[in-house]
Amino acid sequence: MTEIPKEEYVLKCTSACAGCPSSLILRYVLKAAGPDTVLVVPACCTSVIQGIYPNTALNVPVYNVAFASAAACASGMTEAFQKAGKKTNVIVYAGDGGTVDIGIQALSGAFERETDFLYICYDNEAYGNTGMQRSGSTPIGARTTTTPGGKTHAKKDLDAIVDAHNPSYLATACASYPLDLFKKVQKALSLRGSKFIHVLAPCPPGWRFSSEMTVEMGKLAVKSGLWILYEREFGKVTINGPSKAAMIKPVPLEDYLSGQGRFKGIDQKAIDALKSQSELRAKHLQKEADGIC
Amino acid sequence: MSTRPAMSRPVKGASGKTGSWRVFKPVVDKEKCNACGICGMFCPDAVISDELEVDLDYCKGCGICAQECPKKAITMEREEK
Repeated sequence: MTEIPKEEYVLKCTSACAGCPSSLILRYVLKAAGPDTVLVVPACCTSVIQGIYPNTALNVPVYNVAFASAAACASGMTEAFQKAGKKTNVIVYAGDGGTVDIGIQALSGAFERETDFLYICYDNEAYGNTGMQRSGSTPIGARTTTTPGGKTHAKKDLDAIVDAHNPSYLATACASYPLDLFKKVQKALSLRGSKFIHVLAPCPPGWRFSSEMTVEMGKLAVKSGLWILYEREFGKVTINGPSKAAMIKPVPLEDYLSGQGRFKGIDQKAIDALKSQSELRAKHLQKEADGIC
Repeated sequence: MSTRPAMSRPVKGASGKTGSWRVFKPVVDKEKCNACGICGMFCPDAVISDELEVDLDYCKGCGICAQECPKKAITMEREEK
């Protein structure tokens, strides 16, 4: 079994909500990356939960930048470290708003230039920090403060967009599988070139479930097949264990939806759209994993 | 004029003692506990130590540990104020 380092780089305690998956994910990201790491954080929950000046809860250097510039800033930083002959890990830790909507041009540019860095998007499927407004990542049928009747459009397929840049490593992970996340971050940092990890972060106040269910919700998302855990290394797809099991025998999608207040009163049409979208994605990935396309 | 640069330094308790947020506190039944460490693994704020002691100064009482404990050795009890 993989040995997880005992050091904590997220000190007790951030001002994150009780049961926050972001601090859980960040704990394992920094454990995998180690002390020689710089975090670049655009506007998102993580830029707020660090604590109050002159104190911070994060025990690595953190650079807080504007929403649109995270990947561009990391590009410059990587270049500077290379020129100085240092092997410091540069990690962008951004929310879905800063990745899927606002930061996508900088992300695209950095991946096109093959910047040697790791981009982690923790996806709570809305702008959580400002009060749960809809983002491009919000799934169809979900209620947010700007879509009170449920979102009418499907979730943007960010992984396909990033994959089109042909990165050296792309993976999806989930806050409920921290060991899997730890291994993926370690593997990503061992490779050269642009790396991307997309992590699902079930957000208790935003998705409207009670705080103890964070880990359970993430597991249900994977087991129902809505969130597929896979990695793509230099173009080769591997589907990870929990998702392989989910493809053979998924739990009903309704189990996942009924636990969340944001899907209250969702109509059958939206459920069917969610189902067909996830089935199509699974089929496509399965074919890629088998080497058919 | 101070020459200290405008940057934050890492300290424990940067956001104050977050234990005051708690409504329910985790109580561990040592008889049932088999020290697997799953509670500590899933704790978002890393307040459960290797000896599986909960740091109540900082525990926010989210209840993930009680939910994920395979032996159901942790119960959430209401804080007495």
